[in-house]
Parts: sequence; structure tokens; C-alpha cells
Amino acid sequence: MTILQTIGFGPTGWGGLLLVATLMTLCVTAAALFIGMVLGTLVAWAKLSGSRIARSIGSAYTTVFRGVPELLIIYLVYFGGSSLVTAAGAAFGYQGFLGMPSFVAGALAVGIISGAYQAEVYRGAFLAIPMGELEAAQAIGMNRTLRFRRIIAPQVLRFAIPGIGNVWQLSLKDSALVSVTGLADLMRTSQIAAGSTRQHFLFFIVGGCLYLVLTSLSDRVFNGAERRANRSMPAGIGQA
Amino acid sequence: MDLAFMASTMLTLVAALPMTLALFSLSVVFGGLLALLVVWMRVGGNPVARGFAKGYIFVFRGSPLLIQMFLVFYGLGQFGFIRYSVLWPALREPFVCAVLSLSLCTAGYTAEIFRFGLRSIPAREIEAARAVGMSGFLLTRRILAPIAFRNALPAYSTEVMMMVKSTALASLVTVWEVTGVAQRLIAQTYRTMEVFLCAAAIYLILNFLILQLMALLEYRLNPHRRAAPLFPVAPQ
Repeated sequence: MTILQTIGFGPTGWGGLLLVATLMTLCVTAAALFIGMVLGTLVAWAKLSGSRIARSIGSAYTTVFRGVPELLIIYLVYFGGSSLVTAAGAAFGYQGFLGMPSFVAGALAVGIISGAYQAEVYRGAFLAIPMGELEAAQAIGMNRTLRFRRIIAPQVLRFAIPGIGNVWQLSLKDSALVSVTGLADLMRTSQIAAGSTRQHFLFFIVGGCLYLVLTSLSDRVFNGAERRANRSMPAGIGQA
Repeated sequence: MDLAFMASTMLTLVAALPMTLALFSLSVVFGGLLALLVVWMRVGGNPVARGFAKGYIFVFRGSPLLIQMFLVFYGLGQFGFIRYSVLWPALREPFVCAVLSLSLCTAGYTAEIFRFGLRSIPAREIEAARAVGMSGFLLTRRILAPIAFRNALPAYSTEVMMMVKSTALASLVTVWEVTGVAQRLIAQTYRTMEVFLCAAAIYLILNFLILQLMALLEYRLNPHRRAAPLFPVAPQ
């Protein structure tokens, strides 16, 4: 069998499965980015708030989830989540082991990690808003919600785009680790294909290339988004 | 929470710590040396070398470390010329494969960090050095390398911390370091939270110590940024 047949789309080729797996990797990463966005906003809010307790909870979150190996966090969520699900099943009268769906566990684990990095991104973006603008908003009588909606949120989003792009790239690579829970993402499918055809080198090269396609395409998307968000701003240093 | 269980878990995990430290230190050293080579090619005048360095950085930063590690561990053994070469006794060892792929991967990230360190050197300092007649190796040794390293240090300490975390992947190619042992304990006992807390504590302490060391290095390398001493000459 030639190489093209092995990685192609024919009846004996792995091409179709690899493309589906690439989509799966994208979906896990997108779900993780979304979960991380919610967690990151909450943690950034806690770290910026006046309450000392909230601040220390926020710092503990970012320290722990940025300082511990990603693989360990995936094990925590997958095995810990599975024992919670099993306990819940036992409460409803189901005897036996219930596994947590690996997509949910993976997205949650990568999302928790991504949340720690996104919190720092949002905090930095908030601190980049000139103090005078917040004071001006207060001076003309905007209340907290209005100030958040009109002044803070649009600027934080604009300042945060490059940082979110970095976190996305990081999550894309972290999502490869979700393969240890058995989710058929790009990493896992390359591994299965490599194992069953005994062509390890070929399939890991193909898998790696597909990851490179994903990372370089998303680089372009985020550069475009940054340009678009800054289109009304005067061109400054370091803009794409 | 069962304190006796936590204590025995901690002992089991600490026994695996030397393996994590060995993976970490070897790959930081080899990765750093390789990064110097890559950054030299990247900023040098030769367009072929520059293109190669750009490609190297793109490939190793753009794909996940796990797939690189599997490529080295499973992929290389498939070729006869490697299996029958003198390198095979080394390359069949999971530990060697893990160190090799960790070093290759970190070299890509570190080369980029060193390059930004180089770019942050003010042009006038290089001009001044050239004006007094330094060039080539002397310029690199006296001006470029010290300033670039000093400027790159904050970003480099983040990369070193990432390396500590990356050693966890070696457990997936059957090297028994802290995360691998933790996973085995979780699978045996199903006490996820306790084992996680112990392993997390080990990594956090390790990272904290490494960051302290890097901060100390940063302090030592930046005497010009410290406030002048109140008594320039120690009072007698």
C-alpha cells in the first residue's frame, strides 16, 4: 500500500478519520476557551476586587493551575469527575462505575487551565484602561453596569485579543493531552492509526502537520481580529 | 481526609522526584545549548541557516510536545538504519527519548526568547563597542551575550517553569516520574483528590524554588538597576 493510500480518503485510508479528529480537537479547544473565558472573567474580577479573601482565592487559582502539570489536572478532572458521577449514579440507584464523558472532562480540564491564563490576560487588559476614562464615566453619572458595558468591556476585549490568541494556541496544544482519556481527537487518532498500520513515523508526522495547520491558521484569524478591533485607533508600535 | 494515606502517598511521590529533576535539568541544559545554536542561525547572515532556524522554531512551537515525543519514541525505531546503528542502545531507552524531545521542543521556545533578548540591546551600545574595536567573539562575550541574557531572563524563567510541567509528559512514554506515579496511585486507589494534592504540592514547591533561584540570578545580574547604597564605602 502506498503512502497516499494510507493517509488518503479511500476505503483503506485514514484521511477522513484524521479530518474528523482535527474537527474534534477544534471543538474541544473551542469549548475549553469558552469555559476558560467564564472562569477567567470571574478570577480576574476576584483578583481586582477590594476584598482580601477574593483576591487571595484568585491568586491561589492562578498559581495552582498555572504551576501544576496539565496532565495532572486532566487526571484530576477525569478520575475525580468520574467518581462524582459514580456517586451521583449510586444516589439514583445505579450500582457500578459510571465514567465521565471524555469530551466533557477534557474541555473542563483544559478550560480550567485556560481560565487561569485568561484571568491574567483580562486583568492586564483592565489595568491598561486609562484611569481618567473610568473617572470621566463616573463624573458624567454612569452607574456601575453602564460603565462596565460602555467603557470597560469593549476596551478590555480589544486589549485582550493578542493575549486570548496566545491562550488559544496554548489550549490547542494542551488539548492533545486529552487523548489520555480516550477522546478521539487528533492526537489519539494519529496514535491509533500509527499503531494499527505500524507506520508510527508517518502518522505522527501527519498529525503534527495538521496541528501546524491549526496553529498557523488560528494565528492569522487572531491577527485579523486584532487589526479589525484596532481599525479606528491610530497606528502605534507593535500593531499587526 | 486520611492523613496516614496522604503521608504514604507523599513518600511514594517524593521517591519519583529525582527522575523528574533529572529529566528537567538535562533537558534545560541540552535545550539551552541547542537554542544558542538555533538563535545563532536565526540572526546570522546566511539565508539558508536563517530559513532552517525559522522552520525549526515554527515546527517545534506550533505542534504539541506529546506528538513530538511519540514521534521520537515510536517513530524512530521503525527505521532499520536507526535500529542497527550505534545510537540504538541509547534511543531505545524511554528516558533518552524523553530528554531528547523535551530538549528539541524547549530549544524552539528558548531560541525565540533569546532572540527578543538580543533585539532589546540598544543599537548605540553595539556601536560603542564596535567604535572601541570589539567585534566577533569579543563583542558577543562582552556586550551581546550578557545584556541579551539579562533582558531575556524574565521570559526565560517562565519557560523554565513550563519545562518543569512538561516533564510530566515523559510518563506517557513509560518514564516513571512524579505525574506517572501519581496516575498509577489514582488508578489503584481511586482517591483522586488526595493524590492530586500531594503531587500538586510537589510541583508548586519545585516551581517556587526555581522561580526564587531565577529571581536571585536576575538580582545578581542587574546591579545597575538597584538603588545606590547609602554608604558607598562601608563605614569603619
